[in-house]
Amino acid sequence: MRIKATPMERLFYLGNYVFLIVVSLLFLIPFISVLSTSFISTAEWARRGNFVLIPEAPTLEAYQFLFGGSKGTVFNAYKITFFRTIVGTILCLTFTGLGAYVLARRNLPGRTFMTLLVFIPMVFSGGLIPFYLVVDRLRLTNTVWIMITPFLVNPWWLLIMRNFLMTIPVELEEAALMDGANPLTVLIRVYLPLSMPALTTIGLFYAVWHWNGWFYAAVFNSNRDLYPIQVILRSILYLGDASYRGDLGIMFEPEMMPPAQTLKAAMIIVTTVPILLVYPFIQRYFVKGMLIGGVKG
Amino acid sequence: MTEVLRILRKHGFYYLLFLPVAGYLIIFKYVPMIGIMIAFKDVTPFMSMGEIVTSSFIGFKHFVNFFNSFFFWDLMENTLMISIYKTLWSFPAPILLALLINEVHNTYFKRISQTISYLPHFFSMVIVAGLVYVVFGVQGGLVNHLVVLTGGEPQHYLGDPRWFRTILVGTTVWQTVGWGSILYLAAMAGLNPETYEAANIDGASKIQQVRHITLPGISHVIVILFIFRIGDLLDAGFEQILLLYSPSVYEVADIIDTYVYRAGLLNLKYSFASAVGLYKSILALLLLLAANKFANFLGHQGIW
Repeated sequence: MRIKATPMERLFYLGNYVFLIVVSLLFLIPFISVLSTSFISTAEWARRGNFVLIPEAPTLEAYQFLFGGSKGTVFNAYKITFFRTIVGTILCLTFTGLGAYVLARRNLPGRTFMTLLVFIPMVFSGGLIPFYLVVDRLRLTNTVWIMITPFLVNPWWLLIMRNFLMTIPVELEEAALMDGANPLTVLIRVYLPLSMPALTTIGLFYAVWHWNGWFYAAVFNSNRDLYPIQVILRSILYLGDASYRGDLGIMFEPEMMPPAQTLKAAMIIVTTVPILLVYPFIQRYFVKGMLIGGVKG
Repeated sequence: MTEVLRILRKHGFYYLLFLPVAGYLIIFKYVPMIGIMIAFKDVTPFMSMGEIVTSSFIGFKHFVNFFNSFFFWDLMENTLMISIYKTLWSFPAPILLALLINEVHNTYFKRISQTISYLPHFFSMVIVAGLVYVVFGVQGGLVNHLVVLTGGEPQHYLGDPRWFRTILVGTTVWQTVGWGSILYLAAMAGLNPETYEAANIDGASKIQQVRHITLPGISHVIVILFIFRIGDLLDAGFEQILLLYSPSVYEVADIIDTYVYRAGLLNLKYSFASAVGLYKSILALLLLLAANKFANFLGHQGIW
């Protein structure tokens, strides 16, 4: 039964739509303004010198600077980002999936202790410096593995995965064992296909984490050839900041450098576009995963 | 003994599967926890693992130095104030957004505005910082453009202690509000539509319905998320601040995490920085335990 809206209510609905449109614009405007800034030519920048919504003569100067030249810094950074995202996600899923599978077994002796082993790091950590000393003394710093090996398991996501696996009926496994399957076959033939939805969701969590990761790649690594795309963006953001010892001259060919602001804008676009391209396809998995995790916390 | 053998024969395969995870956790989570002992030593950058382990303990010297230093209270104040300001704004914002989106009856409009609102959640902190740098740029930035249009003077907002925290809070709300609204919207979708119809017939206004039906209906989600937020209160946003701050705003921006980073990794005072980090870890753990206890007291299941 739908009751006819009173004039007050109609006003409310109208106001609500207007407000939500304004809010949506607030999410889009920074991005749009960055997009238009990235197309401003050096000449127009020098002449107008302030905010430009629609460039008079849009150019790809900034993009040519980023992708052109013989040093190939941005291409190489994409390569590193793809490597850490693909290899990192596969390894993370393997470790997390195996851990979750074992912890999901209700009759396993020592299960509580093993769960505790996963849980404790969620509430207490050794902190940045002891962690640095460990990865440094293991000689992981200044290698591509600094972005992968120390981050194989996110305890929170492992426990979400375990909760999912615990919803799979034990009878399926018992039936397979009855038919003479061994535990490995049960894992691969029974549990693996059934956990595909959870693996996809958690896998996307890890993939986005790896794609977006920058801190350890920037701080525990000083080899510029190993910089992922996010770290290149960070270096470019500090352009024009006197306190920053810039290494852009080494990473790019500094002659014909476009204005700092357009270069920053173009690099933001270069870093964001891949996310925007996959966003429509992956976002529903994230919402689902978030709601599964949200049931408990 | 035979008991152990029996368990191993029956479950050995699964212990074997768990071995890589256990190894990972021990090396990268538990060894650093043991490594906290360097907070009670004087470790220098060039010591080997063996030298670090065998070097002598010096007690609480680094802690005492930290508590007595003039920046201790500044760091505490900045950490707590930034975190509290962020909570004050970014905690209610998703509830409000969810309430408004929940009132939209057009499915397409609802879905599109939701999808747009949680897009920033997928951006890395570097991208978000980049957007801030460009939008707040002194020359050619959108914000300063608007300021000039309305008769003001262009300013370097990011380098201004009066504006820096506002930018941090605004950025956080911008990045988290949409994603944060998902849980609330899911909770609202679970409420019984008949309650609203009954309220409508009784002539309850929209505001009254929100106050007496919607908010009580989602209160358990609000309470539990608020308690989690309190448990995380010492996390004021390390990556965000590290990317956006500069020496000119240290007085209002430097938090415990950024201080540990500079003292430890830039100035190589490993032991001192570890002591500061340990102080924060213990404080954070106590907060979390208290928040969890409080959740149980209110009749909610906490994180454990």
